[in-house]
Amino acid sequence: MTDQTLTPEQRVANLKGMGSARKRVEDVRFTQGKGNYVDDIKLDGMLFGDFVRSPYAHARVKSIDTEAAMAVPGVVAVLTAADLEPLNLHWMPTLAGDKQMVLADGKVLFQGQEVAFVVAEDRYAAADAVELVEVDYEELPVLVDPFKAELPDAPVLREDIAGQTEGAHGPRRHDNHIFTWEAGDKDATQAVLDEADVVAEEMVYYHRTHPCPLETCGSVASMDPVTGKLTLWGTFQAPHAVRTVASLISGIAEHNIRVISPDIGGGFGNKVGVYPGYVCSIVASIVTGKPVKWVEDRMENLMSTAFARDYWMAGKISATKEGKITGLWCHTTADHGAFDACADPTKFPAGFMNICTGSYDIPTAYLAVDGIYTNKAPGGVAYRCSFRVTEAAYFIERMIEVLAIKLNMDAAELRRINFIKKEQFPYNSALGWEYDSGDYHTAWDKALEAVDYKGLRAEQAQRLEDFKAGKTRKLLGIGLTHFTEIVGAGPVKNCDILGMGMFDSCEIRIHPTGSAIARLGTISQGQGHATTFAQIIASEIGLPADDITLEEGDTDTAPYGLGTYGSRSTPVAGAATAMAARKIRAKAQMIAAYLLEVHDNDLEWDIDRFAVKGAPERFKTMKEIAFAAYNQAIPGLEPGLEAVSYYDPPNMTYPFGAYICVLDVDVDTGEVDIRSFYALDDCGTRINPMIIEGQVHGGLTEALAIAMGQEIAYDEMGNVKTGTLMDFFLPTAVETPNYTTDHTTTPSPHHPIGAKGVGESPNVGGVPCFSNAVHDAFRPFGLTQSHMPHDHWRVWQTANKLGLHG
Amino acid sequence: MAKQHVKMTVNGKEVEALADPRTLLIHFLREDLKITGPHIGCETSHCGACTVDIDGKSVKSCTMFVGQAHGADITTVEGLVNADGSLGVIQEMFREHHGLQCGYCTPGMITRAHRLLQENPTPTEEDIRFGMAGNLCRCTGYQNIVKAVAHAADALNAQKEAAE
Ligand code: FES
Ligand code: FES
Repeated sequence: MTDQTLTPEQRVANLKGMGSARKRVEDVRFTQGKGNYVDDIKLDGMLFGDFVRSPYAHARVKSIDTEAAMAVPGVVAVLTAADLEPLNLHWMPTLAGDKQMVLADGKVLFQGQEVAFVVAEDRYAAADAVELVEVDYEELPVLVDPFKAELPDAPVLREDIAGQTEGAHGPRRHDNHIFTWEAGDKDATQAVLDEADVVAEEMVYYHRTHPCPLETCGSVASMDPVTGKLTLWGTFQAPHAVRTVASLISGIAEHNIRVISPDIGGGFGNKVGVYPGYVCSIVASIVTGKPVKWVEDRMENLMSTAFARDYWMAGKISATKEGKITGLWCHTTADHGAFDACADPTKFPAGFMNICTGSYDIPTAYLAVDGIYTNKAPGGVAYRCSFRVTEAAYFIERMIEVLAIKLNMDAAELRRINFIKKEQFPYNSALGWEYDSGDYHTAWDKALEAVDYKGLRAEQAQRLEDFKAGKTRKLLGIGLTHFTEIVGAGPVKNCDILGMGMFDSCEIRIHPTGSAIARLGTISQGQGHATTFAQIIASEIGLPADDITLEEGDTDTAPYGLGTYGSRSTPVAGAATAMAARKIRAKAQMIAAYLLEVHDNDLEWDIDRFAVKGAPERFKTMKEIAFAAYNQAIPGLEPGLEAVSYYDPPNMTYPFGAYICVLDVDVDTGEVDIRSFYALDDCGTRINPMIIEGQVHGGLTEALAIAMGQEIAYDEMGNVKTGTLMDFFLPTAVETPNYTTDHTTTPSPHHPIGAKGVGESPNVGGVPCFSNAVHDAFRPFGLTQSHMPHDHWRVWQTANKLGLHG
Repeated sequence: MAKQHVKMTVNGKEVEALADPRTLLIHFLREDLKITGPHIGCETSHCGACTVDIDGKSVKSCTMFVGQAHGADITTVEGLVNADGSLGVIQEMFREHHGLQCGYCTPGMITRAHRLLQENPTPTEEDIRFGMAGNLCRCTGYQNIVKAVAHAADALNAQKEAAE
């Protein structure tokens, strides 16, 4: 055997398993333009669908005239709610227990809402016809402010549920009220606040924004009139869930639906929801008997599919004079738009907002979230974060800063004295979570030292003096954040979406020659699953990652899983992968024992083989075992070498990190220049350091966008003011800084390989870090809170209000 | 609408077709020629996903009619592979330095980098960042794209030197 001559180190290296910075297998296709995204799909006779959308935020639809549109050459059909109603598809269930109009049914509730669906032979004819559909609207009063939505005389937005006092998540107290969700102990927290030495109070607003992946949402539906089988390609972060939902709402048996997520051009939460375009493409294919493609344009994407955030978080935090935090109170007003279409696990209508005690040992806390309807687009997705975790992290990391100001303390020290200590894990938080593991002090000290925190503060003090002396017009801001995430939803006992438990799955088949294929219930949108999951298998069963094909996204072949979002792929599907691999290894051990004529227990696993204990020269490699599994009749064992695992995680995982940002603020122009950004992440066991680093760069850049300029803004008429990339800020290479990445490793004790997930940490931690840095620059002048995004105009206004313009 | 006769060279091949005059070049490439490397991210000239090389310039093909490319010499990302089908230098460097994640911006990025490195074979980091600013990426945070382009510059210069 050739590998008898290899050292153990060489054998490990050959596997390219966990810990290896393995190059991505996906890239060979992508770099030469051979990806296969939804809009690349072209089928014979395929038609194009396009929407007529509402120009109004709130209006009654009095009539729709499609005659002129139908007369456009190439137009095949124009669907309205009246056409969908007989099929009972004019409304659809949302993932949050509400329902949503597929096409306007009597009224429209947000600008850009879908009113009619034009189907034509090419996209140009469809666009022409969209212009010719005549809709007669009667404008209604518009509500864009969630605080006005609950006034007694507020217009009723959702007439379909008017008067219903019970919603999907408990009582509703007003026609525009969706739910109230509470965690923690209200009375005890009130008592703590009443008795506290110090209480800091602040309204922290996390503005409405949008994930805006570079590829918009789209689908291609093809109903085969002969077999009755529907194939649906689409930008789906959760293909199996889409299949189940499609079956439930269309009445097509689930085995007659095949959902395929091809390559996805970024998701970030945007592609979790089910959108009217998907439903309309299916109906149009059934009606016309031809495949129908729908792909939204950028403006439609920003206006109608899946906003994120829009949380008004009123907070109180109490502490002793020495800075020991005693209590936290948060009341959130959550603007959900026209339909409650948040993609949260059923029992968590405000996601995991109750992680808002953050990294701190806060003995008493209370959280209440009120969901409110307004005339804005539905959504409320987890934009590169686990459900509402970035809102929670922003809230607590701002409240810590506000408290530090009140106590006149250094914010780094205030954090340190309040961190949950290493020996307190597993830690039960006041709002009901069991944090699995952490070592916050070590991470924090490492971070402060890496950036020379003391030196920075000295420099900042000097800068302030120079500023006051008129020598400079730039202030220095030092932004700190220590975040704790909660990802990997999740345990089936408390996490489901539409009743489906949030487990995930992996199936592995070893081929006779010792290569393999693995299929998962998740779907990559750029995270590099084909690369990293093969690495997990390689380390577990000792076959080279390069010999393992990975497939995801085809519901006809992949095992059922709940998809990729909320950083759940590594914690859940990654665990399933390891467990499936271990089942294979267990069987391989029996085969090896038979081949070596020893007892199972006399063997030990050694990188890529089973060897006889005490006689390492007697072994069978995994490759040899694979062959034997198919060509030997082994008594008591079935032939073949395959396994499947459905993994129901016992707990969430809790990645954490320490971030520090240094920036210059020009008080006269409001311009902010990021000087450095240091990001220490602890995501437990690291599978591929190259990919982790890439995820951190990407997440930080999305955080930069959100904190510094990106928003979905409405005027009082409900018009979207930021519907194109001209107004909606996406940083270019010029605005984006270089990042310094670092790590500590605190494995998850309950995860088979100790991995916690990382894709979303940088967004969760990055947003407060950038924002805190801007605030910090103005702290000496009395600023406690200014709302994001900190674009030039807002920063200039802040400086102006503080009297810094002389 | 009367069709318009168009003729151009795409990735070294002559193509000729009758096209609706208002057809955008990106749609002509993607739907008529089935060259789906260039992508659509905005159709408003902001994102650069549709970037192709036309007569020695980087052009956003979503804001150009097919007729305006009549007689042009066009290169897309598909045309940047080596003659033997292996990845070209810039493509290889993007892979080597993890300059892509979802891959959606990548064809535009690589096509732009190809032109940038001819305009400026020895760019500084700032030159690269400025020169690539017409191409948006939502996944990578650019750091590794900049690295990939810088390494591609070195590799191309070394190739040139070796040839001289
Ligand atoms: S699609 Fe052409 S620039 Fe965005
Ligand atoms: S790699 Fe996804 S947009 Fe650039």
